[in-house]
Amino acid sequence: MPRRDDIGSILIIGSGPIVIGQACEFDYSGTQACRVLREEGYRVVLANSNPATIMTDPEFADATYVEPLDAAVLEAIIARERPDALLPTLGGQTALNLATELANSGVLDRYGVEMIGASEQAINTAEDRDRFRQAMTEIGLRCARSAIAHSMDEARLAIDEIGLPVIIRPAYILGGEGTGFATMPDEFEAAAAAGLDASPISEILIEQSVKGWKEFELEVMRDHADNCVVICSIENFDAMGVHTGDSITVAPTQTLSDVEYQQMRDAAFACMRRIGVETGGSNVQFAVNPANGEQIIIEMNPRVSRSSALASKATGFPIAKIAARLAVGYTLDEITNDITGETPASFEPTIDYVVTKIPRWAFEKLPGAAPVLGPQMQSVGEVMAIGRTFPESLQKALRSLEQGRFGLNSDAGEAQYAERPTAELLDAIRTPTPERVFEMAELLRRGADADEVSSITGVDPWFVDQMLAIIDERAALEAAGSPSRLGRRAWKRAKQLGFADAQLAWLWGTGEAEVRAARLEAGVRATFKTVDTCAAEFDARTPYHYSTYEDEDEIRAGTRPRMIILGSGPNRIGQGIEFDYCCVHASFALRDAGYETVMVNCNPETVSTDYDTSDRLYFEPLTTEDVLNIIDAEDPVGVIVSLGGQTPLKLASELPAELVCGTPADSIDLAEDRERWNALCAALAIPQPPGGTAAGPAEAAAICDDIGFPALVRPSYVLGGRAMTVVYDHDELAVTMAELAQFSSLGREGGLSAERPVLVDRFLEDAIEVDVDSLRDRTGDWMLGGIMEHVEQAGVHSGDSACAIPPPSLSAETQQTIVTYTRRLADSLGVVGLLNVQFAVKAGEVFVIEANPRASRTVPFVAKATGVSLAKAAARVMAGETLDELVADGMLPGWSRNGQLPADGRTGPRHVAVKEAVLPFGRFPSVDTVLGPEMRSTGEVMGIDATFGLAFAKSQIAAGDALPSGGTVLLTLADRDKPEGLEAARVLSELGFDIAATAGTAGYLRGNGVAVATEVAKLSVDGHETSPGEDSVQLIAAGRIQLVVNTPRGRGAQIDGRHIRAAARTHHVPCLTTVAAARAAATGLREWLASDLQVRPLQEFHAELDASMRREHA
Amino acid sequence: MTTVKSNLAAPAPGALVLTDGTAFEGEMIGAPIETPGGVASGEVVFNTVMTGYQEVITDPSYAGQIIAFTYPHIGNYGTTPNDAESRRPYCRGVVIRDLARRRSNWRADGDLDAYLARHGVAGIAGVDTRRLTRHVRDYGAMPGAFGPAADDEALERLAAAARAEPGTAGVDLVGEVTTAEPYTAGDGPWRVVAYDLGIKRAITANLGRIATVEVVPAATPADAVLAREPDGVFLSNGPGDPQMAGGVIGALGDLLGKVPIFGICLGQQVLGLALGGRSYKLPFGHHGGNVPVRDESTGRIEITSQNHNFAVESGSVPGVDETHVCLNDGSLEGFACRDLPAFAVQYHPEASPGPHDSRYLFDRFADLMSEFWGPTRTAQRIGADPGGAG
Repeated sequence: MPRRDDIGSILIIGSGPIVIGQACEFDYSGTQACRVLREEGYRVVLANSNPATIMTDPEFADATYVEPLDAAVLEAIIARERPDALLPTLGGQTALNLATELANSGVLDRYGVEMIGASEQAINTAEDRDRFRQAMTEIGLRCARSAIAHSMDEARLAIDEIGLPVIIRPAYILGGEGTGFATMPDEFEAAAAAGLDASPISEILIEQSVKGWKEFELEVMRDHADNCVVICSIENFDAMGVHTGDSITVAPTQTLSDVEYQQMRDAAFACMRRIGVETGGSNVQFAVNPANGEQIIIEMNPRVSRSSALASKATGFPIAKIAARLAVGYTLDEITNDITGETPASFEPTIDYVVTKIPRWAFEKLPGAAPVLGPQMQSVGEVMAIGRTFPESLQKALRSLEQGRFGLNSDAGEAQYAERPTAELLDAIRTPTPERVFEMAELLRRGADADEVSSITGVDPWFVDQMLAIIDERAALEAAGSPSRLGRRAWKRAKQLGFADAQLAWLWGTGEAEVRAARLEAGVRATFKTVDTCAAEFDARTPYHYSTYEDEDEIRAGTRPRMIILGSGPNRIGQGIEFDYCCVHASFALRDAGYETVMVNCNPETVSTDYDTSDRLYFEPLTTEDVLNIIDAEDPVGVIVSLGGQTPLKLASELPAELVCGTPADSIDLAEDRERWNALCAALAIPQPPGGTAAGPAEAAAICDDIGFPALVRPSYVLGGRAMTVVYDHDELAVTMAELAQFSSLGREGGLSAERPVLVDRFLEDAIEVDVDSLRDRTGDWMLGGIMEHVEQAGVHSGDSACAIPPPSLSAETQQTIVTYTRRLADSLGVVGLLNVQFAVKAGEVFVIEANPRASRTVPFVAKATGVSLAKAAARVMAGETLDELVADGMLPGWSRNGQLPADGRTGPRHVAVKEAVLPFGRFPSVDTVLGPEMRSTGEVMGIDATFGLAFAKSQIAAGDALPSGGTVLLTLADRDKPEGLEAARVLSELGFDIAATAGTAGYLRGNGVAVATEVAKLSVDGHETSPGEDSVQLIAAGRIQLVVNTPRGRGAQIDGRHIRAAARTHHVPCLTTVAAARAAATGLREWLASDLQVRPLQEFHAELDASMRREHA
Repeated sequence: MTTVKSNLAAPAPGALVLTDGTAFEGEMIGAPIETPGGVASGEVVFNTVMTGYQEVITDPSYAGQIIAFTYPHIGNYGTTPNDAESRRPYCRGVVIRDLARRRSNWRADGDLDAYLARHGVAGIAGVDTRRLTRHVRDYGAMPGAFGPAADDEALERLAAAARAEPGTAGVDLVGEVTTAEPYTAGDGPWRVVAYDLGIKRAITANLGRIATVEVVPAATPADAVLAREPDGVFLSNGPGDPQMAGGVIGALGDLLGKVPIFGICLGQQVLGLALGGRSYKLPFGHHGGNVPVRDESTGRIEITSQNHNFAVESGSVPGVDETHVCLNDGSLEGFACRDLPAFAVQYHPEASPGPHDSRYLFDRFADLMSEFWGPTRTAQRIGADPGGAG
């Protein structure tokens, strides 16, 4: 059946901010869906709060609502747009939950909106564990056996049915207390008794343990004619027990025979049919007992998932795009496979390579969180690599992670494992951690028994043997001793196993360039193969490539000049989807300008790695060697390195200088090199906070004597505020310096030295932090992108702080100073492209903190706030066009050239946009939530409305911390915050909030005429009461506090108030940790409560701003 | 527990040379080549399955052919007698990218390399199988030869052997693979005589659910078949060119209309020829487990297992409805006679390896027998109430 004509407009719900477990894969799927549904002629209405996404670009939908993903807000959007249908399966769990809520509350019925692509019943059956288990039993599929027991007698009865081993989980307990594991009857007796004891209602869940079983996933699709296909099979390297999002996974399956695979395929289809997913993609997870092949079904997701994105990238089959078409009536055989251009989508991709995905974690940013992997996902990003074999793809994936490793071994990073005793390593691999694969490799290198390594870890013997193949080869290469000793076949074998030139250079004690030269001399060069869904059975039209070392290279000569865009690699804290947004925009803009665009990236979640985004896609690690290979293959006219964050920027100096587009590499160094930068600022008469560089503790102490405390201490060349600390005295300074000397990369590279110094600057307390994005062309012409004023004061990392455009409190004069300084820096750095500058404004004086001649993470926010596409313009400027030409071309509005703010909030009906950071603390209960100079947010949201207060309130709802409309607010303020806190307290009190406060704060508020309803007992450092009465933690736990304002500052800040913040997090009470945020919240609440909810699409905001600016600058 | 295979230290260098002179380097695996000059030759075809290498290698339809696997890792889950589709492999050799150093699967009782060696099948590993696939895709399935090759002279020898290899068109390969003596398989209620043109065990297993199957040699004349008083006749899959299966085609002339007939793969081709249709050779055939076929009677898509180089020309067979079509290239995948109790499919509903989407065809055969013989005989066979079976 062809496309449905009975629906005209479709609402798509996005997935909101990037959080752990829900990352930019849903930008990829949502963008695909928007694109195809518009191609099909539907009016697309999009709701997503995340401004850093491609899908929220105004050209991807007819009406784009960057509004909080909240049922009330969505109802307002539905009321305004009256869509015919709602497609909820492309926005992750967020969209699915909201759709269910809207269906249950009758909103969809009330407005006559049809849910397409999923049904309420199917969602409920898949999501409810009991209903799911029952449904699977009905169709003869096995789930893990389980039973509930309230006594030892019941428990003993249950265990007869279930069989050992089992997991015992007490009901109604927090944090896993009383959870047990039993493999023997006496262990079971003990564990069941302990569990019953721990549960306040004496109830335990006894569940068959499948820990150590092998884990598999199938990505399946179904159309409304009941045609079912498997798109991709995935086998987890890590056994059951580690969340699949935290597992190393491999496609296709490696150790299943066809008999077992087909049994699994049948089960997946039966599951999908029984759950009732009528059209679209689903993901079905299985556990398989390695001893006897017993298969059980773990869960199914009736929607596009993270695995679907991986499956799409792994096979070239665009699941989201096809799912969107199926949802509007097509059947699989009516859709053409884009890649072959001839065969239909009703087939099962077959691949002739191996794909490995490895997660990337951020434990180093979350002190207090143990780096142990388990059933809850903790990774913040992932990489995918393609090789002809598993060893090749594994090593490529490991070097794609950008964590200082070039592969499984044979690099400087292996030293940290080499020094650990065997017994310790054997013990360590019992626990799944991010390090385990390297620990296994080290053990195998020492000759540990492969079967033992396999049985301890649960990693299949085949995978272990493949690792051993790499290790055997390493021994042979090491024995060879030098590049000259290798013949062509030996070179080829090493490269086919995924060894990077850098690994060989390390083994042989020579340089990477020497290895490369010797290898090319031996006639062994990278060949590029094509991802084509069909193992070359049909001619592929889509140039989606990966490198390997084979006979034949499939790259076809280009027809237009080629421009390579280097992507940003895996998502991590500090470098996320914002940079992918910039790279994708560059690709679009350069394609429009007549270039053939070539994207290089290794992140499977992104829009940039959609084969549709660029003219050519290379799914490759972002390392010097891999990029040089692509340059050799493509013969480009230029390489864009400054839009993908630090990842490509680090490579700039290794690439042929004449190919690097935009700002010269020396300017990048000038901005990063402390001495040169200080000299530049001095020459330009731009004030900086006083400071210096220290190679050791004594020098640091001397600097502090000079500049005074508090001081900001950080290593040079950092990303996302890595290891930044504010110190208040010499003791703290000494501790920090000692930590830095050992810390992670700095420590790994040999600690502190003159080459790797620490920067020590006077920390400007209570300063306002400002971010500026701007653009300069090769002729020196310059434009401002936006001035963002941070809500949190300087000292909170800019990526973790809320910020607003236009700046709510900066005077016109201050803004002019900022503009002047920014332009002066752009000119003297010779910037061609983007320049981001951070300032601190204290008492009207403007200090420059740092300048980055590259895309910053605020570029997409600026674009969404103003409608000016800064990233696209930057790409064209780097390719040589001038700003005037871009205005003439229509890419930039004429008024954007006037040097004045595009949205200055002064005249006409203008709007305010607020960006808020989203933090991962919910996943890491032991990590303190207080904000500091180290960035820890994973994503961002935007609130946009007529005033700062309303936009701020929306941004809080969107970030998941909706401000309460009434109740009690608990205030515990540091002394110096009290004057400002008073203002917030007064507003909240006027709004009808009761105030609860600790003694000191309460006294101050009362003394200034604010009534305090409850004075709470103070908690000591160790959480015990020190004064009578109910303490804050008890009040929060009792549900009597609706908002917490806790502002720990200064000495001891890490401990002070920690219990209050932990309690707030546990009980889901919004908690503000800066007084600036409290003030913004109070203002926001006042306006929010006084006005009706208004939703408007970006298209309207932008058109209105454009019209007003045109009038003003006419 | 599995055992670690000795490291593939210093494998013998080998090469594969196609009849057009294209050469591929690799390393020798499997059985040593016993022929004079150490050359294995045959028609080179590629198969795109990602699982099921043992079933493919033991499928008699590959007689006369060298199988190149597009999936790079082969041998990962070892071998087991349960996955053998016939007594032994009939293919002339295997070409793979990477042979597993060790197997890992609870079902396995041996390594693929040892299995190949035991059954006298030579192979070559380390080959850029994607390049080979692209070449065969672009220029068609063609003869080739492989063997140890340490020098240019060896390459010359291989090239000459490739040129001397006749390929599969016009060659009788069925005679190589058919059973010497009749045998019985399965215990289903119906009685079916199955012509063994190269039959797979999965077919006798699936037929065995609905019938007691008497498997007979390809040369069995029609009267000998009818003398067994079958309820139905089955025409199996098999290797090579249907034009060379003259005996079966002749026998079909005497069987059509007298007994319900179901053919699979080569079985469809011989049925098509017996009905007056034409066969032709596809450029590189269909060999894989992911081919979409539409059942024209229901509109449903089946993902099918396929293995054939020859096909029946669409529109060439008189008196049939074309029931199944290949969505990749529009080729004829199945037909049913309008006035005779006979139907056939080009693909493999028995799977092994491959998806189970098409198993309903065996039931369709049972239905056809039931319809042809009527309620009384159906009741005798399946023990059901005649009224209910009518």
